[in-house]
Amino acid sequence: MEHIPIIRIGDFLLVSIQVDMYDRLAMTLQDDLTRSIVKYQSKGVLIDITSVDVVDSFIGRMLGNIAAMSRVLDAHTVITGMRPSVAITMVELGLSLTGVMTALNVDLGIKLLHRQTGSWTGADGHDRDQV
Amino acid sequence: MAKITKKSIADILKKHERDILDEWIREQMAAVSKREDLISDAELRRQSTDFLKLLVKIVQEKPESIEARAWDPIRNQLGSLSLSRMAQGFSPGETALFVLSLKQPVFNRLRSEIKGTSLELVESIWEFSLLIDRLALYTTEAYMKGREEVIRRQQQEMVELSTPVVKIWDGVLAIPLIGTLDSARTQIVMETLLQEIVNTGSSIAIIDITGVPTVDTLVAQHLLKTVAAARLMGAECIVSGIRPQIAQTMVHLGVAFGDVVTKATLADAISLAFKKTGFAVTRTQA
Repeated sequence: MEHIPIIRIGDFLLVSIQVDMYDRLAMTLQDDLTRSIVKYQSKGVLIDITSVDVVDSFIGRMLGNIAAMSRVLDAHTVITGMRPSVAITMVELGLSLTGVMTALNVDLGIKLLHRQTGSWTGADGHDRDQV
Repeated sequence: MAKITKKSIADILKKHERDILDEWIREQMAAVSKREDLISDAELRRQSTDFLKLLVKIVQEKPESIEARAWDPIRNQLGSLSLSRMAQGFSPGETALFVLSLKQPVFNRLRSEIKGTSLELVESIWEFSLLIDRLALYTTEAYMKGREEVIRRQQQEMVELSTPVVKIWDGVLAIPLIGTLDSARTQIVMETLLQEIVNTGSSIAIIDITGVPTVDTLVAQHLLKTVAAARLMGAECIVSGIRPQIAQTMVHLGVAFGDVVTKATLADAISLAFKKTGFAVTRTQA
C-alpha cells in the first residue's frame, strides 16, 4: 500500500505531500503520523504542501484533523508552502485552519517550531515572540 | 396591398430625394435642440446626405426588417454616428432626433403624392414611421453600448491603477487600497498580494485602508478573507489606516476584524512590522 514518507529531523517530523491525496492515503498518513509522534516523542510536525496545487474540502479538513491530533499528542503543527491559489480556495471553502500555524517555507517553518518549543532562538537573532 | 404601399414609399423617396434632404436639413438646422456648439453645419449636412442616400438605396432594394443583412450599411453608419455624437457630447435623445426628424419631410411628400384613399396614406405613414422608429431605437442602443464600453474600460483601468503591492523592507509588504472594495477587486487584491508574498518571501503584509471611503460588513468580510488567505500561506497581516470616522461606523455596524491586528496609521503598522521582524530604526542625529 502507498505511504507518504515521514522524515524525522531531530525533535520534529517532516511530511512532504507530493502526490494527489485521496481518502485512503490521508487516513494512512494520519495513522502513520500519530504513531511516529508517539514513537519519537516529537515536539513538532511540518507539513509541506508546496507541490499541492489543488485542494478540496476533504484535504482541508484532513490538514485540520492532523493538526488537532498532533496537538493532543503535545506536538505543534506547521503547514508550509501553501500556494496562493490554494490559500484562496481554502478561504472560499471556509477552511481557515484556525489554530494551525503556517509558514512560507520549510526553513521558516522549522524556525517557527524551534521558537514554539523554546528549543532555539533563530540563527539570525530574529525572534518574533520575544522582541 | 402592403407590397404596393412599400413600393410607393420607395418610389416617393427616390423621386423626391433632393427635396426631402433639403427639408430635413433645414428642419435639423432650425430645431431648438440643434447644438451649434457641438457640430458644424457642414458635418450635419454630410451625415444627412450620406444617410438619406443609403436609406433610399436600401428601401429600393429590400424593404425588410432592419436586422436583415441589407441594412448593414445603414446600421454601420448609424453606429458610428452615435459614437461620434456621444464623443461630441450629445445626449441620447438628441442623437435619436437625427433620424426622427426625417419623419416630417417624408410625411409631407407622402401626403402630396398619395392621391388614393386616406387608408392608403395612413398605412404608408405607419409603415415609414415604424421603420424610422426602429432606426432611432437602434441609434439609442448604439449610443448606450458606446457609453457602457467607456464605463467598462474605465472600471478596468481603475482596478489596474489601484492595486500596487509595495515592498517596504525585507520581509515586509504593504498594499495601499484606494476606493471601494467589491468582490471583484478583492479577488484581484488577494491574488496580487499573495503572489507578491511568494515572490518576495515576506512574512508580514500591511493592508492600508486609508483610501477606502467606507468599511461596511461586506468590505470587512473581504478584508478578513484576504487576511485569512495570507495567514494560510504563513504571512501575517496588519490592517492600518483606520480613520476615526471609520472606527466609529465599524463599531456602530457591529463590524469586527476578529483577531487581526489593526493600527491607526501606516507608520504604526510599519513600526510593528519592524519589531516583529527584528529590525530597529534609530536616529543618528539629534
